[in-house]
Amino acid sequence: MKTARIEHILGIVLLSGVLSSAGFVLAGGAMYVARHGTERAHYRIFRGEPSDLRSLQGVLGDAREFSGRGIILLGLMFLVAVQIIRVGLTCLLFAWNRDRVFVMISLLVLVMLLYGILIEGR
Amino acid sequence: MTIINLTMLIFAGSLAAGVIGALTGLGGGVLLVPMLVLLFHINLRYAVGASLISVIATSSGAAAAYLREGYTNLRVGMFLQVSATAGALLGAIVAGHLRAGVIAVIFGLVLMYSAFLSFRRQEEVEPSGLPGPLAARLKMGSSYPVPGGWKSYYPCHSFAGFGIMLVAGTLSGLLGIGSGAVKVLAMDQVMRLPYKVSTTTSNFMIGITAAASAGIYFRDGFIDPGVTMPVMLGVFLGALVGAKLLMRIKTESLRLFFSLVILAMALEMIYSGLSGKL
Repeated sequence: MKTARIEHILGIVLLSGVLSSAGFVLAGGAMYVARHGTERAHYRIFRGEPSDLRSLQGVLGDAREFSGRGIILLGLMFLVAVQIIRVGLTCLLFAWNRDRVFVMISLLVLVMLLYGILIEGR
Repeated sequence: MTIINLTMLIFAGSLAAGVIGALTGLGGGVLLVPMLVLLFHINLRYAVGASLISVIATSSGAAAAYLREGYTNLRVGMFLQVSATAGALLGAIVAGHLRAGVIAVIFGLVLMYSAFLSFRRQEEVEPSGLPGPLAARLKMGSSYPVPGGWKSYYPCHSFAGFGIMLVAGTLSGLLGIGSGAVKVLAMDQVMRLPYKVSTTTSNFMIGITAAASAGIYFRDGFIDPGVTMPVMLGVFLGALVGAKLLMRIKTESLRLFFSLVILAMALEMIYSGLSGKL
């Protein structure tokens, strides 16, 4: 019963997460295209992103100033964050069922995920 | 080309890639990256970054629906996720150090393999009735809905599946794809799980695997908001439409046609990579 309930919550979190992320991306995209739509696109050459668009603090700062690119990236980072919640909730589900081995397994996945996003990704 | 025109074109192309990916079971990423690179001349690294994000979006959207149906095996998924996540970190770190040409050639080879898998769709393997020792210890057996009740199954060859997932994760991190084909192969053919359990569990894993690489992609500047915005929205919407259409139309000839398209794209990717055009 509890399993079914957590799976239900997991489904709702995933769906609302991806939809709100898409909402941010759409809003930011509309602003970006409205402001820069007539400029020439330079997507052919890889220059990497400017430093303010590579970190959460930078993106938050840009989004606060209503930069379209900043808001798009905020939506994308939120989508990644939802995946952390996905693993966290699965871990909780195993904990609820007193399934120690699988709590450890999902914690291991969670740690690697956080390592990739927070440590390597800095 | 101006940003607004290119954004519209990329959105339309990604929508189509999403629909076809869902209909043929090829997934969005394998069609998307060659399309962006070969047709729209987007830089390979931006294409790979945009694809990785769209893979997370479609996996999250579909997982919500699949969880309700009761096929997804979370124990098998989380067990295999350990090696898939490790592979994804490895792949993303390596991707930052490889020349674009090398990535294109690897991508081409993976495309050829996807075309081959899709061309000769494997016959359904009879699910194993006896668990392997590791699967028994970790209680990874479960049951899935069949007409008139639930049927139980047990995974076998769990270590082999675990190893293949390391490869699937590495390819995902390296190429920005979901590696669904390799993941399903590991579960369906090697671990002998029922096909529907394999595809839904693979889908559940894809978003987590891709998220493990995403931080490194952000850091390395692979994720361009201008490119990623139309790709993510297009593929996500396309996959939704594709999933709805899937229940109504026959996909056999479509699948064969697109395995040929993929084969052509594979050769073009390898040629572009080798000739230093990227």
